[in-house]
Amino acid sequence: MKRYLAALALVSVLFAGSPSWTQNQTEIEKKQVRNSRRYSELTKAPERARLRPNPLQDDPEAIAAGRILFEDHCQECHGASGEKGKHGPNLRVPEVQNATSGTLFWLLSGGVVRKGMPVWSKLPEAQRWQLVRYLKSLGTDELIGKVETNK
Amino acid sequence: MSWSVRCSTLAVLLGLCSTLLPRSANAQENPYVVTYDQFLEEPGNLEIEYFSTYATQRSGNSFHAYWTEFEYGATAWWTTEFYLDAQTTFHDSTVFTGIRWENRFRPLRREHWINPVLYVEYEHINGADKILKEIEGHDVESDFLTPNAEARNEVKNEVELKLILGSNLKGWNVSENFLFVKNLTNEPWEFGYAVGASRPLALKASSKRCTFCPQNFVAGAEMYGGLGDRYNFGLHGTSQYFAPVLAWNVPSGWTLRVSPTFGLNGNSHQFMIRWGIAREIPGFGDMVKKAFGGRS
Repeated sequence: MKRYLAALALVSVLFAGSPSWTQNQTEIEKKQVRNSRRYSELTKAPERARLRPNPLQDDPEAIAAGRILFEDHCQECHGASGEKGKHGPNLRVPEVQNATSGTLFWLLSGGVVRKGMPVWSKLPEAQRWQLVRYLKSLGTDELIGKVETNK
Repeated sequence: MSWSVRCSTLAVLLGLCSTLLPRSANAQENPYVVTYDQFLEEPGNLEIEYFSTYATQRSGNSFHAYWTEFEYGATAWWTTEFYLDAQTTFHDSTVFTGIRWENRFRPLRREHWINPVLYVEYEHINGADKILKEIEGHDVESDFLTPNAEARNEVKNEVELKLILGSNLKGWNVSENFLFVKNLTNEPWEFGYAVGASRPLALKASSKRCTFCPQNFVAGAEMYGGLGDRYNFGLHGTSQYFAPVLAWNVPSGWTLRVSPTFGLNGNSHQFMIRWGIAREIPGFGDMVKKAFGGRS
């Protein structure tokens, strides 16, 4: 009888746990699909654009200037820290942080007009590169140091 | 209360609201008064603009014409705009001169070396309209000599189409507009143009917020005029203008524009001074949705 009860308990635990495990797996898969769609524009950057280096990569003021530009033009959609705002996707995810500077510059310049991201070529090229420099710093601690320095 | 007074009151109230709203975004506007560039309003943002034109008038009274624009970014590819126009002619009167509803569409998905935008506008204005927002057909200075009381009796319903082309090169914006206007009564198509070029005084942004930094100033020039009508196409009997333009994008969210304008031939007003002030309100669409119980 004891063996029977133990087996019953084990089976019920397995049955009770498996739906949530399956549910979690499905959620993760769904999230991956959503992310791959959301950031799919990044994969469309032409080779030439992707390989463009950031001319302001070594500019010590680029991140601080980019931050001001971000606050003025981007944070309304992407949130104050870039971690997803009302309308725009999270900019701290690996899809964005691992993208080349050239890819981000290309996306920023052309926008994703059909999905609500405006064209930002109204900003001069140098300012777009400053923004890219700031965006690439979001995933690191680099920003904190730079901002402190500027205060 | 008359319809025109109600509209003017609404314009003033909305203008006041824009100054009282705490949020703002540092706009990055080109300095043109007449020429359109290829950029649309950011989705969900509302820009409220007031423009003013003071013009000299040979053989008549000088005038001050003004309009208020409410420009809303419906999507990243569609901007819609509503105008209220009025004017004061010195030694005559002040009159409300009409409304305009304008829409601009961006047909291409990405940025190219030349970027088209399609423009459609409906105008319900009267003959006293003097804002000179665009010059078309055979519009000439002497058209403005009619006294307001008489001119306002003429009602015009017009459709205006524009092909806007814009390019960016090495910090310069170059924009060309081709204008096609049809009065919905039995009048021929009229044509006009506007071209402009402008550039910020500095291309890199400063690492500190500043009001007078050179990147906040955009300078350039524009030229515009009529091109006759379907039966008489060309420059003959048209007015033509050249105008240096300057915009100051203030970090607090305001944009100021000024443009001294010079007539290039005998049909044009000899001199006009045009200026404008604009304020961008980010997230206006979300505020309205919230106010009506929707989710932003």
